[in-house]
Amino acid sequence: MSDVLGVDIWRGTEQGAFQAFAIPRRQHQTVLDVVTEIQREHDATLSYRFACRVGMCGSCAMVVNGRPRWTCRTRVNDVIGDEERLTLEPLRNFAVVKDLAVEMTQFFDKWKAAHGYFEPGPQPEKDFAVVPPETKKRKFADAGIECIGCGVCYSACDVVTWDDDYLGPAALNRAWTLVNDVRDHGQRERLDAVSDSNGCQACHTHMSCTRFCPKGIEPTYAIAGLKRAMFRWDAS
Amino acid sequence: MAILFIAQRVTAFVLAAAVAVHLGTILYAVHGGLTAAEILARTHGNMLFALFYAVFVFAVAIHAPIGLRNILREWTPWRGLPLDIVLTAFSLLLAFLGMRAVFAVYGV
Amino acid sequence: MMRASHSQRGFIAAMLHRLSGIALAVFLPMHFLALATALSGADALDSFLAVTRQPIVEVLELGIVVALAIHLTLGLRVLAVEFFDFRERTLAALSVCLAAAFAVGLLFVLNLG
Repeated sequence: MSDVLGVDIWRGTEQGAFQAFAIPRRQHQTVLDVVTEIQREHDATLSYRFACRVGMCGSCAMVVNGRPRWTCRTRVNDVIGDEERLTLEPLRNFAVVKDLAVEMTQFFDKWKAAHGYFEPGPQPEKDFAVVPPETKKRKFADAGIECIGCGVCYSACDVVTWDDDYLGPAALNRAWTLVNDVRDHGQRERLDAVSDSNGCQACHTHMSCTRFCPKGIEPTYAIAGLKRAMFRWDAS
Repeated sequence: MAILFIAQRVTAFVLAAAVAVHLGTILYAVHGGLTAAEILARTHGNMLFALFYAVFVFAVAIHAPIGLRNILREWTPWRGLPLDIVLTAFSLLLAFLGMRAVFAVYGV
Repeated sequence: MMRASHSQRGFIAAMLHRLSGIALAVFLPMHFLALATALSGADALDSFLAVTRQPIVEVLELGIVVALAIHLTLGLRVLAVEFFDFRERTLAALSVCLAAAFAVGLLFVLNLG
């Protein structure tokens, strides 16, 4: 392990260039450690995001050596290639605000467009809903419920790159958890929202979303579930 | 339009069976060389054969253009009505040429 | 920099599926036209088949047979994931699909001789 870590960081917006830095290489550095050290001690004009720094909030997502990841949970030793350099870029498929910070608005707009929100219905329920956790629907919902909207899957998805209208894996995964929520009253509208040409049918099972999700969620199978639900609704 | 997705998946199931049969048939048929006489001897007047391949032709005429539509919409700037018109024409072409071929070997 | 997703197995599977589909879509009209030469009688079909006995054509035929087999097996993978909630191990699934497709190609070559 050499003493010095070379880091190439994207500066600018969609137009820009990589800027090279060199910082001391330490045994247990995370990529968040690296970018923070660079911003504090080498170039205060560098823009990037983080918050919790312990793998809970998803704010620090960016592309590290070509792969979308959380920088706080990425050890330099695990991703450094033979060239012993790090390359940091903003998440793909998002507009770039500046440097490593991206514009999340479209991502959350698509979440809304997919009806990724709970619909309580016109009347308050008279009593608590009883939802046994072992039921098939609840298991499907629980498998995807931990999503924190970090955008890694959206960044990894090729269809999002090819089709700007595509709702994307995160929004569709959230829609699937709600399709399986027995308390929800907006099922018909939600299925309509995710069944158009920009919805679940655009997924081609590349599975990059599943491959890169830092929480081990499998949006591919959630989207497959939506496809099946779409078939059943259209048949009925 | 979900109807295109559904049509493509339904024809996919049909084609899965039809292609498996077709591949098996072709592997058997080319054994030891292939002549027109051999093919036509089996297909002439064979209604079962004609029906099978008619279904095959229609399934393909639906399945292939929808697949091409996805590819063109994702990899080229082409989309909207002009694309759909061209692909409908391609679908009709496949159906026409396919049924013509079925009739040709059935012996009509 | 190469996009990370392009080295993923699911992406490779999808690209093989897509490219074989394009090849088949291009091939089919020609296939239908060839068969329809029988409209002019068995001799017309025979003279066409004689053309197909050249080595370069037989290689292309093998390519189409393999393309069809690849498209079928990888299509079955998609249908399994989408309709039967098949939780795949992608490398295993891809290997099985391609192995089956190449086996079909091999059988074709062996039968041609």
